[in-house]
Order: sequence, then structure tokens, then C-alpha cells
Amino acid sequence: MDEEYDCIVLGTGLTECILSGLLSVEGKKVLHIDRNDYYGAECASLNLDQLWNKFRPGQTPPESIGRNRDYNVDLVPKFMMANGEIIRFLTHTDVTRYLEFKQIAGSYVFASGKIYKVPSTEVEAVTSSLFGLFEKRRAKKFFEFIQSYREDDPSTHQGLNLDKNTMIDVYTKFGLAPASQEFLGHAMALHLDDGYINQPARETIEKIRLYAASMARYGKSPYLYPLYGLGEMPQGFARYPISLSAIYGGTYMLDKKVDEIVYDSEGKVSGVRSGDEVAKTKLVICDPSYASNKVRTVGSVVRAICILDHPIPNTSDADSVQVVIPQGQIGRKHDVYVACVSSAHNVCAKDKYLAIVSTIVEGNGNPEQELEAGFKLLGPIREKFVSVSPLEEPLADGKDDQVFISRSYDATSHFETVCDDVHDLYKRITGQPLVLKQRSTQEQEQAEMAA
Amino acid sequence: MAARQQQQQGASTQGKTYQFKLVLLGESAVGKSSLVMRFVKDHFDEYRESTIGAAFLAQTISLDDNTTVKFEIWDTAGQERYKSLAPMYYRNANCAVVVYDITQSASLEKAKAWVNELQRQADPNIVIALAGNKSDLDSRRAVETETAQAYADEAGLLFFETSAKTAHNVTQLFTSIAKRMPLDQLADQSRNKNKGLNPRGVDLSRPTNPNNCAC
Repeated sequence: MDEEYDCIVLGTGLTECILSGLLSVEGKKVLHIDRNDYYGAECASLNLDQLWNKFRPGQTPPESIGRNRDYNVDLVPKFMMANGEIIRFLTHTDVTRYLEFKQIAGSYVFASGKIYKVPSTEVEAVTSSLFGLFEKRRAKKFFEFIQSYREDDPSTHQGLNLDKNTMIDVYTKFGLAPASQEFLGHAMALHLDDGYINQPARETIEKIRLYAASMARYGKSPYLYPLYGLGEMPQGFARYPISLSAIYGGTYMLDKKVDEIVYDSEGKVSGVRSGDEVAKTKLVICDPSYASNKVRTVGSVVRAICILDHPIPNTSDADSVQVVIPQGQIGRKHDVYVACVSSAHNVCAKDKYLAIVSTIVEGNGNPEQELEAGFKLLGPIREKFVSVSPLEEPLADGKDDQVFISRSYDATSHFETVCDDVHDLYKRITGQPLVLKQRSTQEQEQAEMAA
Repeated sequence: MAARQQQQQGASTQGKTYQFKLVLLGESAVGKSSLVMRFVKDHFDEYRESTIGAAFLAQTISLDDNTTVKFEIWDTAGQERYKSLAPMYYRNANCAVVVYDITQSASLEKAKAWVNELQRQADPNIVIALAGNKSDLDSRRAVETETAQAYADEAGLLFFETSAKTAHNVTQLFTSIAKRMPLDQLADQSRNKNKGLNPRGVDLSRPTNPNNCAC
């Protein structure tokens, strides 16, 4: 590794692998290192041995839960919005050539002690028992507004200015009751707390539209999921630069200790040291764990990975679901999420289910207890692995030292904020906005080669 | 076996095409990419850099008038060098070519390690072929044919000595893998499996239905 590189990337999380792939394709010589012996960093999918090694070192998984190789257990609970930016990343880079996707079978919201399927169109709003009789009509009017809204056609704005009016103004205009507000803000806009209510309405309206458009795309839920787990995505992007025409593929090194990021006398990055080897570079991209003195903690997330012998009750035996438990239902400030996938996604043994219960930590006492409302929905839990992860963000934008640090994977249930971070980092690194170009498909590439 | 098969109703034939994922393994510089380039392009580049190559290439073999085998060949793209070969690489591989260099005895030991790794990570029914490449360099031979053959027999592998440079045994290598694939079993499975299901899962490039779209 004692060479000079245009860029050194530390950590093989999704953000880092996307950026590393993009820079390689642009012709940069990239060295990509991870301290772990697997791809994915904080968004890896682990087999049983790796899972036990991480959470219960020295112990071995019980044989009764199945074979090691059948498991790909995600560390973070995230799905892909079917109409989201992540899909654009995957299709434009043609990383889809390596991956297969399945729909998440259902999305649910917890209200008054029960779980309901999330309605996302005016037709579903009218038929859902989530809304009372009078509320149905008001909800229907709101959905019609959402679906017919056109930015360039003021007649569809119904007198609202999304940059000036707050979301509470919008709710008031449609006469929506607090229960409906909670549903729209938390189960559809997927806000984690109620802070959005007094913000300009645009962000929330766009989130609701994204949810509805994603739902409309394939039908069962707004979410897609890669077979074999989320860890396939960083692996796919790691192969992305490898093409018939590419001059450089990034060099990947796993299971490689990273001792320090080295700086010159002016405080600019000059290399990365591992043992007595130093790889030279003028540009480093890394996740927060590789630059702990240059990040701040803005909160923490508690996540419980649960192995179940059964589907989540009251979901019609769905092979995969998301359940949102809005904060107002359980006397909290932040929602609790349940995300479940199963052997249908090749992430665990047959007839097993993997559920992750997560929330933003509010108290200092017992974070696991903050997940209680989620555990109650699961029924008996076979194995449970609880972890608390700090939410970290860089102190600086990286322009001074040329060390560009990604954000931790947050508590949202999808990859939209990860894509935001990629766009933001790319712009800070290159000074240019990221414009995704459509990559040739495998077939086109081979046809070009033959020609 | 988790294979992908297509039963194509081609214009010219009524035959079946079976598609298999084939992975290449072996120490760096034994000629993995060159073997594939010879097979797919019938081309050899003496000064090929230790690279990269394609993520995967496709090539078909006709076994008879009714049966075509299409290999989707994955190259390691150098990821084997620093312990960074992704699990994705082995995923659903139906067959593998493990390559060593007949002039480097250490490369056979490395090939044996890759065979073990495949037996640990890949589908238990995977068909593995051992290829002793650079057979054109017989004067510098360091691995006797009998030694490698004995190992291949013991481990249940197909075995060929090949030369990507002269094309010696390259087609034979891939053809005998194609013949070793359990096509009948796959045809039975595919009839049950493909009923009403898209074997490739959700198609992300499918356009959104404008009637349902909220945007």
C-alpha cells in the first residue's frame, strides 16, 4: 500500500462505496480500506458467526437457529423507497446488474393499541378503518390535494404557499384531526418527531408525495429490499467501477488496520498509516469511526436485532413489514420503528424472521426499555442483540484538511438521507454537483467490446 | 441448485438456454482474466495488466441442437489480492474455474485453498474445474500434470491444463463444465419455480404507471 493515491477511502459503508465508485469511474486512483474483514461497515449484513463475534464474542450460535451461511443480518434497519434517490443511484450506475430486489410486503402504523395498514391514496383513505367516518372525507380531500399538486400551476395550490405556510397550517386548512396529523407526519412523511409541524410545509408534503409515489410504483408497500441483505449494496458499488472500459478499479483492502490519518505541517491530509506502512494521498473520505477527533455526537440510536420463529402478529403473516409506532401513541418524543425481513429475502434460515426495533434514545437510563412498545408487537423473541450507536456528524466541511467525513446512518427507515449525504460530500469534494450519468448495461458493454 | 434458467423460444430454434453463473478464482497473475478473454473473445494480450477486466462477461456454448448453455462469467477484478473478495461474488455461483499456473507450484497450493473456500461459501452442488494454465510454458513447468490430476480426482474436480496464449484446452474446459451441469434437474425445478414469478425479482427500470403516479 506504500504508494500514492488520488483518494483513500476508509470504511466500506454504503456512502463510502458509492463515492469510491464514482471517483474511480472518473479516473481517480482510489485505495479503499476497511478495518473489518467484511464489506459494509455500519450497514453490513452479517452471517451468524460474524453476528455472534460482534455481539457475543467467545460464544457460538445455537445450531437450532440454522446454518451460518443462510444468514445476512442487517445492522441498520433501512429499506429503499421505490421512487427514491437510492433507486436512481442503483439504476444509473447499473449496479442493479449484481442485485435482485423484492418488495417489502406491507407497511403498518400503530394507533390506539392496534396496527393498521398505511393507506396512501384517497381510495384507501376512504376504506381504511384508521379514519373515522367524518375524517375519511377530510383525509380524502387532503390526498386529492397531494396528488393533483403541480408546482407550476397555482390553481392546484389551494391558496397554500409551501415555503411560507407551515405544516400545521396545511392540517388546519383540511380540518385534519390530531390522529390524522400523526398518521400523515409519522407513517407517511416518516418524520421521527413532531418538530416538523411548525416548519414550512414543503418538506413534509414532498415526503408524503414520495411515499405515495413509491407505494404506487409496485403496490404492496413503498419499499424495496435487496435479496441477501443491505450489505449487498456496498458490495455492488465496490464492483461498480469494474467495467470493460474502466482504466482503474479501486483497490480494496479488507481486514486492514488503520492507525491514523497523517497530516502535513499546514494541517492538510498527507496520507493514511497502517502499522509502518503509509499510503500517500491528498484526499481522504471516511466514516466517522475513522476520524473520531473530527466529529461530534448529536444523539444516539438504540437498535435491537431480533430473531423470531414466526412472522410479526397481525400482519397477515407478511414475509416482511415496517411498523411505525408514532411517539404520541406511547408517550415519547420519537417514534419507534419495527422493520422485519425473512427467509423470503435470503437473510435467514427458512421459517425464521429478522426484526429490528429501533428509536432515538431519549433517556439516560435504559435504552433497551425505550423499545418496549416495539417488542410487544413481535411476540416471543428467540434471540435479541441490543446496541446503542452514536449519531455522529463531521465538525467541519473538510475543505481545509481535505478529510471528508460521512454522517452516521440515522434513525430514518430509508436511504434518502444517505443519498443526501453522498450528494453533499460529492459537492464538497469536487466543487461540482453530482450528476448521475446513465451507465451502459452489461449487454451494451459487451456489444461495444465485440464491435 | 439456485440456477437461473431461461426457456427461450428463439426464432430459429425451439431449444432451451440454461444460464449459469461461473466464477473464476486463483492467485493473482495465473491468467484468470486471460482465460476468459480467450474463451469469450478468442483473443490473448501478452502484456495484459493485472487488472480489472470485466465485472462479468457472457458467452454461450451449444451442447446440441436443443441445448444451449450461457455462462455469466464473473472475474475477481483483482479483489482477491487483499482479502477483499465480496461474498456477493460466490453468491449463487453454479460453477467455478479455479486457476493455477503450472510454472508456480505455490499457485496450486493457493488453488487448493480456493477450492476449500468455495466448498465453505458456495452452493454445495457447485461444479468446480481446476485449470493448470500456461501450458505453453512447459519448459518452466513446476507442477507435474499427474500431481494436479491426482488432487483433482481426490477432490472431485474437473481438470485441464490450459493455455490462454495458444488457446489449448480453453474451449474444452468450458464445454466440459457445461456438460457437467445437471440440466435435467434444473428443467424440472424451473417448471415449478417460475410459475407466475419473476425470477429476477422486482425490475427497477420498470416505468411507473402514470395512472397511479402521484407526482
